[in-house]
Amino acid sequence: MPVTALAPGYADKIEHRDALKNFHGNMLVYVHWEEHLSFCSAIAFPLPPAMPFGALVDQVIKPAYAAHPDAEKIDWSTVVWMIDGKETKPDLAASLEANGMKHKSLVRFWTPGLGGFKGSAS
Amino acid sequence: MAQIASITLLHNDDARPIIEAILADNPGVRVLNMPGAVKLDCDDELIVKRASVEERLGRPWEPQEIQLVLVSMAGNLDEDDDWFKLSWKH
Amino acid sequence: MAPKKLGLKQRYAHMTRGLDWETTYQPMDAVFPYDTFEGIKIKDWSAWEDPFRLTMDAYWKFQAEKERKLYAVLDAFAQNNGQTGVSDGRYVNVVKLFLTGISPEEYQAHRGFAFTGRHLRGAGPRVACQMQSLDELRHIQTQIHTISHYNKYFDGISEFPHMHDRVWYLSVPKSFFDDARTAGPFEFMIAIGFAFEYVLTNLLFVPFMSGAAYNGDMSTVTFGFSAQSDESRHMTLGIEVIKFLLEQHPDNLPIVQKWVDKWFWRGHRVLGLVAMMMDYMLPKKVMSWKEAWEIYFTEAGGSLFQDLARYGLKAPKYADVATADAEHISHQNWAVFYQYTHAAAFHTWMPDKEHLDWLSEKYPNTFDKYYRPRWEMWAEMEKQGKRFYNPSLPQLCQVCQIPMAYTEPGDPTKIAFRCSEVGGETYHFCSDGCKDIFDGEPEKYVQSWLPVHQIFQGACGGATIPDVLNYYRMNVGADNMDYVGSPDEKLWNEWHAGKAREAV
Repeated sequence: MPVTALAPGYADKIEHRDALKNFHGNMLVYVHWEEHLSFCSAIAFPLPPAMPFGALVDQVIKPAYAAHPDAEKIDWSTVVWMIDGKETKPDLAASLEANGMKHKSLVRFWTPGLGGFKGSAS
Repeated sequence: MAQIASITLLHNDDARPIIEAILADNPGVRVLNMPGAVKLDCDDELIVKRASVEERLGRPWEPQEIQLVLVSMAGNLDEDDDWFKLSWKH
Repeated sequence: MAPKKLGLKQRYAHMTRGLDWETTYQPMDAVFPYDTFEGIKIKDWSAWEDPFRLTMDAYWKFQAEKERKLYAVLDAFAQNNGQTGVSDGRYVNVVKLFLTGISPEEYQAHRGFAFTGRHLRGAGPRVACQMQSLDELRHIQTQIHTISHYNKYFDGISEFPHMHDRVWYLSVPKSFFDDARTAGPFEFMIAIGFAFEYVLTNLLFVPFMSGAAYNGDMSTVTFGFSAQSDESRHMTLGIEVIKFLLEQHPDNLPIVQKWVDKWFWRGHRVLGLVAMMMDYMLPKKVMSWKEAWEIYFTEAGGSLFQDLARYGLKAPKYADVATADAEHISHQNWAVFYQYTHAAAFHTWMPDKEHLDWLSEKYPNTFDKYYRPRWEMWAEMEKQGKRFYNPSLPQLCQVCQIPMAYTEPGDPTKIAFRCSEVGGETYHFCSDGCKDIFDGEPEKYVQSWLPVHQIFQGACGGATIPDVLNYYRMNVGADNMDYVGSPDEKLWNEWHAGKAREAV
C-alpha cells in the first residue's frame, strides 16, 4: 500500500537512504550466531562483495564472537549455515557474491552441540 | 467484564478532601496506594461531587481545581459546575 | 441586580466556539490545507466535545498555580542538596535516561500540537491542541530546570540535545516522534493524542514518578506529577478525537484502525526503555514492568477498547503479542545496554543477588530459565576480569530502529527475523508489528536514518568506535561504561563516607 502524502507523485521522488551505492564499494552483511543470545542481536558489517566466504568466517565472524566461552569450542566443519532463509553449504573459497549473498543479506549459523551458557541459549 | 472507571490523584494535603469525598460517594471503590500517588477504581463509574469536597474543605471549590492534583484517569469524562464524573456507561 | 455568573458549559461555548469564524477573504480549504488529504471525512466540526471545558483564562490560572508549586519544590531540593539523599547513586541513571530519551520528545510533542492546533478546522480541537502544545513546552522547560541540578554533579546529561539527534538508542524515541510529526494532523492526533497519551502514557509517567518518589527524588517526582496533571487533559483530548472521527463518518473506521494498530505497536516498542528502567534501574522498585502492563494496558486498555467496540474499532493488532512480550522486553533491553555500555550515556550494572531474586519472583515463568543464566554468566566473566562487551555494531529494525534483539513469539531462545523487498532493496524488521507498519508505507521508512548504517556510510565522525563517540560528544570514561568504577560512583561514595564521618 502506498504512503498517504500531500504532494502528488511523492512516492516517485523518494530515495532509498541505505542503497548499495552509499557504502563506498562495500555491501552490508548481517551475521547471527544462533542459541547464543549473549550477543543480543545479529551484528552488521560493511564488506567487499568479492571477499571470500572463508575470510568472512576467519576475519569477521571469529573475532566478533571470541568473547563467548563457547567460541573456542566451535568445530567449524559442522556449522550449519543459512543465508537469507535458505540452509546452504557455503564455498569458503568463493566470494560472498558467488555464494548468493547481496546487499543486506542475513547469515545465520548454528553450532551443533553448543547451546550457550548451561544450555540456556545465552 | 466490568469496565473500570479510575482516577489517580497526588497523595498530598490538597488532594485529601477529594480522596475522602470519592471514598464517601462511591460505594465499592478500590484503593491502590503507590509512592506519591493513589489510584481509585470503581466498576463502570466514578464521581467527584463538588458539595462533598466543599463540605470537607470548608470553602467553595470548583471541580476544575481537581486538575492541580490529578495524575491520571480512565473513563469518559463529564465535567460540570457540580461534578467531575468518569464513566463507561452510555 | 448583580449579573449572573455563566455556567461552565456556557462559558466554554462563548470563549471557544464563540470566538471562531468562517473565513471570507480566503476559502476555508486554502486556510486549512492539511485536514483532508489523509482521507478523514468530517461532516460537522461543531459536534466536537471537550469534556474538560477548559477556557484559555482558566488554563493560565491553573498552569500558573502548578508552576508556583513546582518551583518551590525545585528550590528546596537544590538548597537542601537533595541529590545526596536519593536511594543510591545508580538511581541517577533513571534521570539521565529520562532527560536524554524522553524530554526532547516533549519538545517534539509541543511542535506537533502547535501544528495541529493551527491546522484542524474546528475551534474545539484547535483550542485543546494549542493548550496541549503549551503544556508540552512547559514540560520540557521544567524537566530541564529540574535535571540541570543533577547535571552539576553527575555525568551523561550535559549534551542531551546534541545526543538526541545522533546517538543510536536515542534514535528510537526520536524516530517515533519524527514519524508522527511527518504524518498529517489526524494521524498525529491518533498517534500522540490517542495511542501514546491515552493508551500508553500511564506506563511512562506513573511508574517513573512513583519510582522517583520511592527513591527519594523529590524534584523529579514533582515535575513528573506536575506534567502528569496536564496529561489527564491530554488523555481526554486523545479519547475525544477518536470518538469524534469514528462518529463523523463510517469511512474513517479503517483509516483510524490502521493508525491505532501502528501507533500502539510503535509505542509499545519505545516503552521498552521504561520497562528496563523499572525492572533494572530503580534501586528501590515500585512494581515490575509486567505488573504495570497488566494494570495499565490489560485492565485499563481492556475497558477502553470494550467501549470503542461500539464504533467497530478493534483492540490493536498484536496487543496479544505485546502482552506476551511483557515477560521479556525489560530483560532483553537491559542485555542490549549492558553489552553496548561503552556507547551509552548512562551507566549499567549486573543485578545483585537480592535483585535477581526479585526478578525471579516477578517473572516466575521466564526469568530463571532464560535470563538469570545470562546475568550469572556475565557476572562470572566480570569476576574473572573478562567483562562481556559486544565489539560489533547491531543489526537494527528498519521501523523501530532498536537492535534486533527481540525473540520469536513463544520462543525466547530465537531472535525474530522478518524482512520485505522494495525496489530491489531488502529491509529487516524485529517483529510482525514493525513489518506491517513498513509494508503499509514503505516510501516513508526506506528513508529512515538508521544510526548503524549511517556510521558505515561515513556520516558519523569516522569508522572507529572512538570516532563515533566523539561525534556523539560522549565523555568517554565518565558518561559511559559500568556504574562501578565511574566518577558518579566515586562522588556518591565520597558523599556517603562524609555522612558516616559526620554521624560519628
